[in-house]
Amino acid sequence: MNQKLKSYTAQTYIAYALIAPAALYIILIVAWPLLETIRLSFTNSSLAGEDYVGLENYQKMFSSKKFNGIVTRTFVWMFFSVSLKLIIGLIGAVLLNANLKGRSIFRVLVMPPWVVPIAIGMLGWLWLYNGYFGIIAGVGMRTGILDGPFGFLAYKQSAFISTIIADVWVGTPMVTVFFLAAMQGVPRDLYEAAYCDGASRWDRFFKITLPQITPVIITMSLLSAIWTFNSFEIIWILTEGGPRGSTTTLIIDTYKQALGNYKFGRGAARAVVVMILLMLFAGFYLALLARINKKISHE
Amino acid sequence: MTFILLPFIEMFYASLRPLDHLFRSPYQFYSDDLSFWAYQEMWNTVPMLGRYIFNSFFLASCVAILTLIFVIPAAYAYARFKFPAKNTSLYILLAINMFSGAVILIPLYKLLRTLGLLNSYQSMIIPGVAFLIPTAIWLLKSYFEKIPIDLEEAAFVDGASRVQILRHIIAPLSTPGLVVVGIYAFIGAYAQQFLFAITFNQKKEYMPIPTGLYEFIGYQSVKWNEMMAAALVGMLPVLLLFVFLQKYIVEGLTAGAVKN
Repeated sequence: MNQKLKSYTAQTYIAYALIAPAALYIILIVAWPLLETIRLSFTNSSLAGEDYVGLENYQKMFSSKKFNGIVTRTFVWMFFSVSLKLIIGLIGAVLLNANLKGRSIFRVLVMPPWVVPIAIGMLGWLWLYNGYFGIIAGVGMRTGILDGPFGFLAYKQSAFISTIIADVWVGTPMVTVFFLAAMQGVPRDLYEAAYCDGASRWDRFFKITLPQITPVIITMSLLSAIWTFNSFEIIWILTEGGPRGSTTTLIIDTYKQALGNYKFGRGAARAVVVMILLMLFAGFYLALLARINKKISHE
Repeated sequence: MTFILLPFIEMFYASLRPLDHLFRSPYQFYSDDLSFWAYQEMWNTVPMLGRYIFNSFFLASCVAILTLIFVIPAAYAYARFKFPAKNTSLYILLAINMFSGAVILIPLYKLLRTLGLLNSYQSMIIPGVAFLIPTAIWLLKSYFEKIPIDLEEAAFVDGASRVQILRHIIAPLSTPGLVVVGIYAFIGAYAQQFLFAITFNQKKEYMPIPTGLYEFIGYQSVKWNEMMAAALVGMLPVLLLFVFLQKYIVEGLTAGAVKN
């Protein structure tokens, strides 16, 4: 017994020693900055120096109409983007899971937007959205939908929609790939049994595939919501949050406040709001994951 | 499918067309003199392009190597040992993945400024590594777990030390896993070169491709054909890497989230 206990603690020490470098690194570069951000949010920190100002940053932030608009906008943006990603991803996964010729090539071809540096992909979208010379405006003008050049990123509503579309373009491949992996994990005999019972394609999808991959759909929608919430580069490159703030999400606003104006205190207060929301998402996600894992291990 | 590929096709098409064909409104679908001219011209228009490409590679390699150095021992510990707070810390790692770099930019900015590291390679490498460590640990852990523990026990009985086991048994057997995780880190590092790069670095000579090209968008008249050519050249390396290794990377990533 004593021997066992001893080797157990020795193991623990070795394990901690092996993990220590990575852990310290993360504490220094991620955990400490998170705490420091919280502290800074109670100051008027700038390049000049800092003083504690209590809750002033928060009071100002929550009483500003603009900020409340930004929060609402962030969630609307997220809602559309995430739902589109899930719907397109599900359809894509079903198609890729079907017995089509050359599906392995298609499986590779869906992935580029996910792998390519987002910032570079967005340069392509800037060109597509170009109001005078871009292909989208071009098709619109040729077909008569548009009666002249139209800068998709220059007007409030169209910019809002355009950034969502670009975000969906970036995010869908990953969702598709995860759904596909889940669908391939569904036991074959379920389908065979259903086939023998004469179930139609629709039945098989709605009564077997969908229920079987529901856990993955739920986790992916949460993960996707988190990533979408964090999306910075797409909006920043396409519109920098404009025109007139119409595509300014929380992340963009945080960035602008903090590093556009070097008002660290105000930026930090926004970052704290972002943090709290992210922790809520992450908590949901991890709780869900733990539940799913428990279920699996019980089965 | 069209939705996913159209932007790439149009980028490639635009890169082949002469500039005056691009600058016609409404959009012309047909050009008769396609050429790779833009691929030559872009080096003159964006004089630092070669440097940007080098920077991107250099940054991504440094980040990937550093990530591996931190991750190998940690992943090994998670795969082999039992210790208090093991699962909790693994979940904390997952949670870190969910934080955007944007949340911690302010303290990092101040920290890097105090250390005099703003506008340097390090300013982009240091935060880059931190955000790749969590996923890399999860990925590598699952590779280590696949190595039969009997092998190690046998060596242990023969009197090999932990370090010897790591070097002579684990390392050779896990080379494929290490390569995949290394490439994952490289692709990740290559792809993330924007937020930290625009925030912590203003110096042209250290800019990676994304920020380098982004600077040019601000100019009066963008030479779109060359811009698209440069963008395609910039995304080519990761695309190639990914096409060759997609099977392994996708397997590893989805295994974590789907089955766990």
